Amino acid sequence: MNQQGLRFEKLKIASFDFTCCEGCQLQLANRESTLADFLRLLDIRNFREISSERHDDYDIALIEGSISRSDEVPRLQAIRRQAKVLVAFGTCACFGGVNSLKNRVSSEAAVREVYGEMKVETMPVRRVSEVVKVDLSIPGCPVAKEEVERIIVSLVTGAQVALPKYPVCVECKAALNTCLFELGEICLGPITRAGCHAVCTTGKTPCLGCRGPAEEINMEAFLHLVRERGLSLGDLQEKLAFYNSFEAFTP
Amino acid sequence: MIYKIISKNEFKRFIDALVRSNSSFGPRLVDTDSRGEAVYQFQPVSSVDEIAFDYTRTTSSAKHFFLPFREELSRFHFHDGDWDQSVSYEANPVVIIGLRACDISALNILDDVLLNGHFPSAYYLAKRKNTFVIGMDHLPLPDCFCKSMNHHTVPTGFNLFCSDIGDEYYLAINSSKAFNFLREFETRDPQYDENCRLAERRKLISSSFRTEIDVTGLPAILDIEFDSPVWKKWGDKCLSCGTCAMVCPTCYCYSVEESFAPDLNSSTRQKRLYSCNLVDFAAVAGGHNFRPKNGDRLKYRYYHQHRGFAENANQQICVGCNRCGRACLAGINPKDVINDLRQEKDTCMTSVSSSPRRS
Repeated sequence: MNQQGLRFEKLKIASFDFTCCEGCQLQLANRESTLADFLRLLDIRNFREISSERHDDYDIALIEGSISRSDEVPRLQAIRRQAKVLVAFGTCACFGGVNSLKNRVSSEAAVREVYGEMKVETMPVRRVSEVVKVDLSIPGCPVAKEEVERIIVSLVTGAQVALPKYPVCVECKAALNTCLFELGEICLGPITRAGCHAVCTTGKTPCLGCRGPAEEINMEAFLHLVRERGLSLGDLQEKLAFYNSFEAFTP
Repeated sequence: MIYKIISKNEFKRFIDALVRSNSSFGPRLVDTDSRGEAVYQFQPVSSVDEIAFDYTRTTSSAKHFFLPFREELSRFHFHDGDWDQSVSYEANPVVIIGLRACDISALNILDDVLLNGHFPSAYYLAKRKNTFVIGMDHLPLPDCFCKSMNHHTVPTGFNLFCSDIGDEYYLAINSSKAFNFLREFETRDPQYDENCRLAERRKLISSSFRTEIDVTGLPAILDIEFDSPVWKKWGDKCLSCGTCAMVCPTCYCYSVEESFAPDLNSSTRQKRLYSCNLVDFAAVAGGHNFRPKNGDRLKYRYYHQHRGFAENANQQICVGCNRCGRACLAGINPKDVINDLRQEKDTCMTSVSSSPRRS
């Protein structure tokens, strides 16, 4: 691929799923209008959702899902050894995601609840960065294809890769939504990283923070806001813990 | 300016004809908040019945019709080792109904910055010239402070302005377009009685303000109070969410992004409305951030709004609509911040030595 005297190489990429629903990987095949152009930027070496070919000579590894079984650890470590750039892909990989709800109870209790007497090996859910070094995080439940596209184009062209640093409110106001706090709800929009185009709040569903905290959030002011409006702190805890993305800020 | 009287029924016929044949926007009820109060926004309208003429306030201003939240500035096409740039200023004609005097004042302020400054914006000009603005007066809400900013009346910047004088509107016609549209409808010249009713209406509006902010000498106070602890006090509350700037009718700061299309054969340059409260507003190459603290960023928003920058001749750009104050989840509002600054200055006056005596 040549452009303006520059030669761009296709990205040798592989995608792997761990403890997840594979919904983020599926997003890669979304947004049909630019799908053909998008795929032309990639040399897909390993991606079971769209190809049966398997090669181990990839540079970029997308890791979807959290780590919840002992056999996932050596598999992830092997990928880390091969990949030049390891990407935590989606909320589960970045923060643990919905899977982290399991960590509230003992592993035995969780297995008994879901599988009954069947023996299943499991361990507390960990985010990818707790197991191996992560070079780049693309949060979202699921990831936003538009953002993935932008990041992939940046990687191909050698441009800086950046996520929005500001919270969802910016995008929510641009959509002319009524603030969900005004409707009596607790919404994590003011502390959650933007980039989702406020899709949930536009549908009048409070933000649960799937994209994790925005940069330098003011948690104290946010807690004050929830208390001052007489909203339920229990509801707040529930929302903050939903994706495990505010672990570092949990009051 | 030409003045006419139109009955409210005839006015509705006029608006209906206008909105049926043009891309039009007006105040519409969008929600009822948890306190039971109606929430309005400027939204598309296709018939007069959809317009809430008795609306209280819109959460967001009408700014984005002139300065979109996201706007493509230019597009680049690459071919044969070369490139072309295409720029499009075209804007479709739009009708906006129901702007308040302060909202129109805000447009006049934006005109000053974006049309009369050193770098006129063709993008803004195209939208401004192609927008038919119908203003409507209203009785101030308890927290409106536009009178303090002297923006509770507006002499220009609209096509048509309607003052409610009972069963009729007193029309100020400020463009030939508005005059020609109205020719199809029944209007008459104002008589002594209607002039009196207009004066009464003006007086009623002017005397109905319940929020007043003393802005005399405010630019100087802001200069003096640059290092005031007031900024930290309010900055500590700030969520840095940018809501204030998004809903503001005059905040015009923006960022520019360039991006390749996925086929790498073209790219776009896009402008996005930004806010000086956002954490990376003053971040520059090399990872430096000139305003890393919430209080510093909040301060600059107040400086821009209430002290003014050189690019608009050091004029205050706040019109007193209090949309920022209402929308702020942290309870930061111009009235309280400015009063705090004033008090701060008063305490400093009593703590220093008395003024030099007359000789």
